[in-house]
Amino acid sequence: MDALLDLLQQEGRLPVSEMATRLGKTEAEVQQMLQDLTDKGVIFGFHAVVDRDRIGDRRVQALIEVRLTPERGGGFDSLASRIAKFDQVRNCYLMSGGYDLAVLVEGSDLREVARFVSEKLSTLEGVVSTATHFQLKVYKEAGFLASEAPVDDRLAVTP
Amino acid sequence: MKPLEERIAQQVSAIPRSGIRDFFELVQGRDDVISLGVGEPDFAAPWHIREAAIFSLEQGQTSYTSNLGMPALRESISRYVRGLFGVSYSPENEVLVTVGVSEALDLVCRAILNPGDEIIYHEPCYVSYSPSIAMAYGKAVAVETKVEDEFVLRAEDVAAAITENTRAILLNFPTNPTGAVEPVEELEKIAQLAIDHDLLVISDEIYCELLYGEESGMKPGKHVSIASLPGMRERTILLHGFSKAFAMTGFRLGYACAPPVLTEAMMKIHQYSMLCAPIMSQVAAIEALENGAEAVEQMRKAYAQRRNLVLRSFREMGIPCFSPGGAFYAFPDIRKFGISSHEFAVRLLEAEDVAVVPGTAFGQAGEGCVRACYATSYEKLELAMEKMARFVKTL
Repeated sequence: MDALLDLLQQEGRLPVSEMATRLGKTEAEVQQMLQDLTDKGVIFGFHAVVDRDRIGDRRVQALIEVRLTPERGGGFDSLASRIAKFDQVRNCYLMSGGYDLAVLVEGSDLREVARFVSEKLSTLEGVVSTATHFQLKVYKEAGFLASEAPVDDRLAVTP
Repeated sequence: MKPLEERIAQQVSAIPRSGIRDFFELVQGRDDVISLGVGEPDFAAPWHIREAAIFSLEQGQTSYTSNLGMPALRESISRYVRGLFGVSYSPENEVLVTVGVSEALDLVCRAILNPGDEIIYHEPCYVSYSPSIAMAYGKAVAVETKVEDEFVLRAEDVAAAITENTRAILLNFPTNPTGAVEPVEELEKIAQLAIDHDLLVISDEIYCELLYGEESGMKPGKHVSIASLPGMRERTILLHGFSKAFAMTGFRLGYACAPPVLTEAMMKIHQYSMLCAPIMSQVAAIEALENGAEAVEQMRKAYAQRRNLVLRSFREMGIPCFSPGGAFYAFPDIRKFGISSHEFAVRLLEAEDVAVVPGTAFGQAGEGCVRACYATSYEKLELAMEKMARFVKTL
């Protein structure tokens, strides 16, 4: 299971047949493992890791620190899941430390993100404060470096 | 003036040209070759290790170190070896840091051999064994291991090669070029032979972290060092280093662990020929040993996946290939095509631009096989396997 998850996190697009080859299993076994992982909610989505800057896309991302008043009964969960449901929210984590939620928001420009924060996020009952940090440049995303792949400069034949 | 050829020392001119170098020159002239001919990882050394080396340079650590190696590194090595091999060596006087295992092997040979003394080693093997012995005025005695026997070194074959001049047995498991791992029962028999005949054992265990165990190699295998067998620590020189598991080939760093008298003798040569191993490599090596385990396991898993690919591909091509227990080499048996391993490698290169190394580059016992290194990116490996499949159909 672990090896399969490692593989999916690094190269999620591999066909089942190839995953089977790499892991030394049959296709049916891998198919079954994938099904189990999905059923259990271990895998809850697939996506490509992209750098949109390279196609001149101007959309912006911001990390927003959100402080909440925990609700009686629900703690942070019910408010956090309400926030997470907005399409603009890419990631949403409950944090230890000086604030409660780290919310990664994406918008087509600065104004859209600002509007989301001021009109949607900060007006929710229970949201005490927000602090918005705009992302300037991506160096690494989901474990992948944004720079060029290294070249193989080994000698062709060595002992 | 006497021709310069005649001025070369006999033991040097007697060393034949390296088969690897011949083949390298053949490959070198071609573009777009997918090379399975390398003997090193395709990964760069893990970043935290490189970063430690950079930091040491920033700090101005550019001096000589103790001849034996930095005390902190020797302590790390001692701890690491105890953890991995279950054998304790004192960092004070039983660990010598060298410029790769290659230097360590040269030091051992020079430290223990008198002219005419013999060392028994197994073929096919790493290219430097026989020359290193010869350059130390020793006689290299090869014992063949066979593809039918999955390249296990049989104690009875070793026994048959022992003479009154035998001083040591040189072992390399997991083996370059075959990937073979010695079964423990056989290792025990060889240990008994060494004890019975009062021989030293030189054990090059450079690939010992790269073992493929259960779940088609996704789980690591368990390494047994001959030094850990009863009565063997006192007569074994254990050689290990950072090149393979930590992907640090260019750092050129290895070490020898042996009882004090042997370590002292090797150190004597090392101090006059090398003085010490490069300090930035030593600093990087401390970081590797202290914090590198996770990176090693990640690379090992990547090799395991590629190993599964090449083994399946050879099976589908109808090329017999035993399942190598370690290292990052497959050594398929190409005898069914009725051509020599050299011809196979040359024709594969010419037809499909895929380089493998003829088994004979690793000794005559390698005839009939080629070495395919799977330490290359999965995509390239897949392409190489497709090309090779196309090629063997033409034979």
